[in-house]
Amino acid sequence: MDHLDQLESQSIYILREAFHQIDRLAMLWSLGKDSNVMVWLAKKAFFGHVPFPVMHIDTGKKFPEMYAFRDRYVTEWNLNLIADSCPPVEETDPSLPPAARSAARKTLGLKNAIAKYKFNGIIAGIRRDEESVRSKERVFSPRGSEGSWNFGDQPPEFWDYFNTNLPEGTHLRVHPLLQWTELDIWRYIDREKIPVVDLYYSKGGKRYRSLGDQDITSPVDSNASTITEIVAELETTKTSERSGRAMDRETEDAFERLRAAGYM
Amino acid sequence: MTTETSLRDLLRIVIVGHVDHGKSTLVGRLFHDTGSLPEGKLEAIRGMCERRGMPFEWAFLMDAFQSERDQGITIDTAQIWFKTEKRDYTIIDAPGHREFIKNMVTGAANAEAAVMLIDASQGVQQQSRTHAYLLRLLGIRQIVVVVNKMDLVDFSAERFAEIDATYRHYLAEIDLAPAQIIPIAARDGDNIATPSTRMPWYKGPSLITALDDFAGKADLSALPLRLPVQDVYKFDDRRILAGRIQSGSVKVGDRLLFSPSNKTARVASIETWSAPARSAAKAGESVGITLDEQLFIERGDIASHETQPPIETNVFNGRLFWLSRNPLRQGQTYRLRLQTREVPVTVQEISALYDVEKLTSKPSDDVPHNGIADVVLRSQAMLALDRIDENPSTGRFVLTDGINLVAGGTISMQGYPNQRALVTQRSSNLTEVLHKVTADLRQQRNGHRGGVLWFTGLSGAGKSTIAMAVERELFRRGMQVYVLDGDNIRTGLSANLSFAPEDRAENIRRVGEVAALFADAGTIAITAFISPYRSDRQRAKAAAHDMFHEIYIKADLAACESRDPKGLYQKARRGEISDFTGISAPYEPPEAPDLVIDTQGATVDACVMQVIDYVERHFRG
Repeated sequence: MDHLDQLESQSIYILREAFHQIDRLAMLWSLGKDSNVMVWLAKKAFFGHVPFPVMHIDTGKKFPEMYAFRDRYVTEWNLNLIADSCPPVEETDPSLPPAARSAARKTLGLKNAIAKYKFNGIIAGIRRDEESVRSKERVFSPRGSEGSWNFGDQPPEFWDYFNTNLPEGTHLRVHPLLQWTELDIWRYIDREKIPVVDLYYSKGGKRYRSLGDQDITSPVDSNASTITEIVAELETTKTSERSGRAMDRETEDAFERLRAAGYM
Repeated sequence: MTTETSLRDLLRIVIVGHVDHGKSTLVGRLFHDTGSLPEGKLEAIRGMCERRGMPFEWAFLMDAFQSERDQGITIDTAQIWFKTEKRDYTIIDAPGHREFIKNMVTGAANAEAAVMLIDASQGVQQQSRTHAYLLRLLGIRQIVVVVNKMDLVDFSAERFAEIDATYRHYLAEIDLAPAQIIPIAARDGDNIATPSTRMPWYKGPSLITALDDFAGKADLSALPLRLPVQDVYKFDDRRILAGRIQSGSVKVGDRLLFSPSNKTARVASIETWSAPARSAAKAGESVGITLDEQLFIERGDIASHETQPPIETNVFNGRLFWLSRNPLRQGQTYRLRLQTREVPVTVQEISALYDVEKLTSKPSDDVPHNGIADVVLRSQAMLALDRIDENPSTGRFVLTDGINLVAGGTISMQGYPNQRALVTQRSSNLTEVLHKVTADLRQQRNGHRGGVLWFTGLSGAGKSTIAMAVERELFRRGMQVYVLDGDNIRTGLSANLSFAPEDRAENIRRVGEVAALFADAGTIAITAFISPYRSDRQRAKAAAHDMFHEIYIKADLAACESRDPKGLYQKARRGEISDFTGISAPYEPPEAPDLVIDTQGATVDACVMQVIDYVERHFRG
C-alpha cells in the first residue's frame, strides 16, 4: 500500500465508523476540492452510495462556477442535498473582525441546520495541515450544545477507537481527512480523476488555492493550469494554503475564536 | 513532470519527554534546519513574541492555542509535516505536563517512532520515565533519545555520559533499547541536521540521520488473517461485510471462520467502487466482501482462516493505562472495545499496580488517574482476541465508562486457557436419542436422585480426603456413589493432556461430561479437582444442568501450603512446576457455591458430615 492507499483506507474506516455509530449524520459539502474528495471516499466506503445527506451551508456569496458545479454533481453523484441559507452578518458576534464575522455566518447557518434536522453527527473535510488550530483536532470531536469546541479538554483518541457516545443535545464533528495534506488531496484527485471546480486552475497568472466566499477569498499568483502542474507547484511552495483567506489572520486568535464557537 | 515524490515514504514520529525539556523548540528547529517552514511563519511567530515582550520562541510554531502561548505550555497534541532527503515526516508534538497524559497518549499512539527529550541540566525526570513506559505499552519500539540544552551544562561529555547511563538502564528494565542517544542544543541546532562543532567528543549521528535510519510502518500482512467485521451493508442486492484487514491477507475463494460465532463460509467476491475488481486484499485495506452463503454475521465478529484462528476466551489479563479521574476499581463493570466488538467486562482482580519510577508493583483495590496496572477482565460473552506478542491489533483493547474512553491496554493470556477447543462443536449430523428408562424410574429403584457434587478448591484444601470419606459414608447408607479424582483421571481418560492452561481446561471439560453421564445414570458423582477457572465450572454445570451442585472446599493459600500433602507447593516455589494454581496460575473462587466447607475451621469428620447432611437434604425424596 502506498501513502495514498493508506490515507484512503483510513478515511473509509472513519466514514464507516461514523455511519454505524451515529444515527443522524450529514456530510458538509462546501463544493471545494477537499469536500469533493470526501464525497468520493464516501462512495468508495459504501460501494457507490452516499447513505446520508450532503449539506451545503449556503452563504449566497460563492462563485457562480461553484453553484454550477453543485447542480451538476448532485445529479451525477446521486446525492441527497440539503442547501439551506445562512443568516445575515448582523446576527454574528460583533466583537469579531470583519472577515471573521463574514465567516461566522456559516457557523450560524450550520447551527440552524443541526437544530432543524436534528443531526448528531457532522462530517467535515478539515485537515491538520491547513491551519495550526485545526492540527489540534480529534477525528471524532465532540461539540457542546451550542456547537462549541472545548479544545482545552478534548477526550483521548487512540488506536482508531473513536469516541462515539454523546450526551443529549450535543453533536460530533467527524473529520475523515484530518491526516491528509493539500498535496495528498491533489495527488488523490489526480489518481482518482475526481472533478473539481476550474477556479483552482490558473487563468492569466492567477489561481485559487482555497475557495471561500467571493468577497473574502483572493487568488494567488500561479501558472499551474493542470493537476500535474498544481502538484509540482505545491511540492516546492512555501506559501501557506489559506494565505488567500482573510479571516484566518486578522488578529492572532481570530481563527481560534471562530473554531471555539463552532466553525469548521 | 516528475511523480517520483508521490512514492516517498511517510514516517510519523512523536516528540515526548518531561514538561519544559524543550519539545516544541526542537520541532521548530527541525523545521528550520530542513527548510520546511512555510513562508511568513517565522514573521508571524516573531510578531507573537514581540506582542508578549519576549525573546523568539520556537514553541509557538506548534502551540496554536492562545492559552498555550500565554502559559508557555503545550496542552494538546499537534501535528506538522517536514521532509528530509530520504522521506516525509509527520511530527506529533505531545504535551509533557502530567495533567495532559491523555493528550500525550492520543498523539503518541499514532506514531511509528519516538524522540524522547531529556534536559541536560535537569536529567531524567518523572515524565521521562512515564512517557517511556507508555511508549512501551503503546507498542512503539523505535526510540531515539536526545539530551537537550547541552549549552546549559557547558557541552560536558561527563554530564552526557551520566544521563546516557541512567536512562539506558531504565529503558533496559522495561525492555526498550534506544536506537541512539544524542547530545543536542535544540535552540541553536547543534546535532539536529549537522554535527555540532561545540561537542567534538560526540561521534554519533545527528538527529536527522537517526530518524532517517528508522524503519517504516510495520507491515502486518505476513501475520494470520484478522478481519474484524465493521458493518454489514445491504444498499442493493449485494450483502457486503465491510471491515479493515488488521493483519494477514484474504483472497476470493478462501474459507473464512467467524469468531466467536464459529460460522464458516467462502469469500465469493471482494467488492469495489470505481476501481477494477479485486481477487485479493491485505493488511491495512478497508474492504467489502460477499460470502457464498448467507450467514448471520454481526459487527464485532472477527474473520480468520480456519487454520489460524484467534483465541476464544471470556477472561484475560490486560496491562492498561488508566486515563480517568475516577479510579478503576475491582468489581466495577466497564465496556470493553476490542476492534469492532463492544461488551461489558468486570474487573475481577487488579493483580499489579505499577510504580513506574521504582519499577515495582503490588496488588491493589483500585488504579488511580494515569496509573498503569495489570488487571483480570471477565465478560459474560465469549471474546475473540490475540495475545499482544502475537498480534498488535487484536491484542489491544480500550475500556469506556459511560461516554468516556478511560483506558487502553494490551492482552496477555498468562495463566488462562484458550477456550476455543472447548466451545467448538466439531461433529454435525447429531440427533439425540431418548432413553426408555427415565430419571424417575432410576430414582425409584435407587431411592435417591443422581447428581454431581463438584468440589473445587486449592491443592491441599482437602478435596480428595473429604470426597473419599463422603463416598464411603454414602455407600454405607446404600446410595449409588462414585468419586472422579484428579490423579486417577489423569492416568486414564486424560492421559494425553499436559498441565498447560488449555489442557487443564480440556481435562475439566472431560470430567464435567463424564460426571454428567454418571448423574444421568442415577449415580451421585463426586469430582475432586482444583478446577480453578469459573468458565470451566460453568461448562461442567451446563453439562449436568440442574443436577450440578458446586461445593467450595475452602482453605487459604497459606494453610494449603503448610499442609502440602504431595510436596507440590515446595516444587512450585522452586519453579519446578509451572502454571501451579495459587503460585503461578490464578484460582477463581466460586461466586455463589451451593455449599461452602471451610476446612480450616473444622475437623475432617465435621466437614464430611456437612456434605452428608447436604446430600440427605437434596438427593432424597
